[in-house]
Amino acid sequence: MQPELIVFFVLGTVAVGSAIGMLLSRNAVYSALFLILNFATVAVFYLVLGAPFIAMVQVTVYAGAIMVLFLFVIMLLGAEHLERRTGADWQKPIAALLGVVLLVEAGYVLLSESVSLPGINVPAADYGAPVAIGELLFSEYLLPFEVTSVLLLAAMVGAIVITRRDAPRRKKR
Amino acid sequence: MVPISWYLIWAAALFSIGLFGVLSRKNAVAILMGVELMLNAVNINLVAFWRYLDVRAIAGQAFAVMVFAVAAAEVAVGLALVISVYRRRQTVAADEIDLLKW
Repeated sequence: MQPELIVFFVLGTVAVGSAIGMLLSRNAVYSALFLILNFATVAVFYLVLGAPFIAMVQVTVYAGAIMVLFLFVIMLLGAEHLERRTGADWQKPIAALLGVVLLVEAGYVLLSESVSLPGINVPAADYGAPVAIGELLFSEYLLPFEVTSVLLLAAMVGAIVITRRDAPRRKKR
Repeated sequence: MVPISWYLIWAAALFSIGLFGVLSRKNAVAILMGVELMLNAVNINLVAFWRYLDVRAIAGQAFAVMVFAVAAAEVAVGLALVISVYRRRQTVAADEIDLLKW
């Protein structure tokens, strides 16, 4: 019992601290690196919860692919230092207020309702294995899976079309 | 075991930080990062409920995988929009992109 508590608190502190660091750092590159640290700690949390496949997907897709895309765009545009130039002063207090209200509300609901589920020990090692998740995705959730594939195709085509630099006009010449 | 409400409160904290980031930052890329943080907090909830309710029903993990796919699609299109806007207006600050504002 005790080691799990220690792991929970250390990881939780690192995750929340890195999220706050992402907010406070002026340089967008540092924000992205803090976010990678946050995603890595969340991946360790998935391991603690007994979901190794999700943890690995978290590392490869989120911390790997998505954040590399972020860093690539930040450095391509040179968008590191765009915070200081403009400012709407009323925006930050309202944002902080809304965030704190949401946090207090969620914490109050969770504590007052006393969401206490017993917590089942994992009966076998292969629950949550990629094989089981794949079988579920291809049998019960086949339609959402196919819709997701269409969504990914649409996103790919959309990204290519949006970033194309006025190619049709050049073809007419 | 750690009670589930701790996981949920912790995920709510991450979600709130992400919400603050989305609402307060002006760099469009940083706004997208806040959205990523919020999606991640939702994923923690899904996996935690899977673990604490019924381990044999792995629908929670399947949904988490779908959230990953949707997040990847969202980032691809969002960053493509940012690049496109930067080409035309030479800025990614959210309050300078005001052509639709009258």
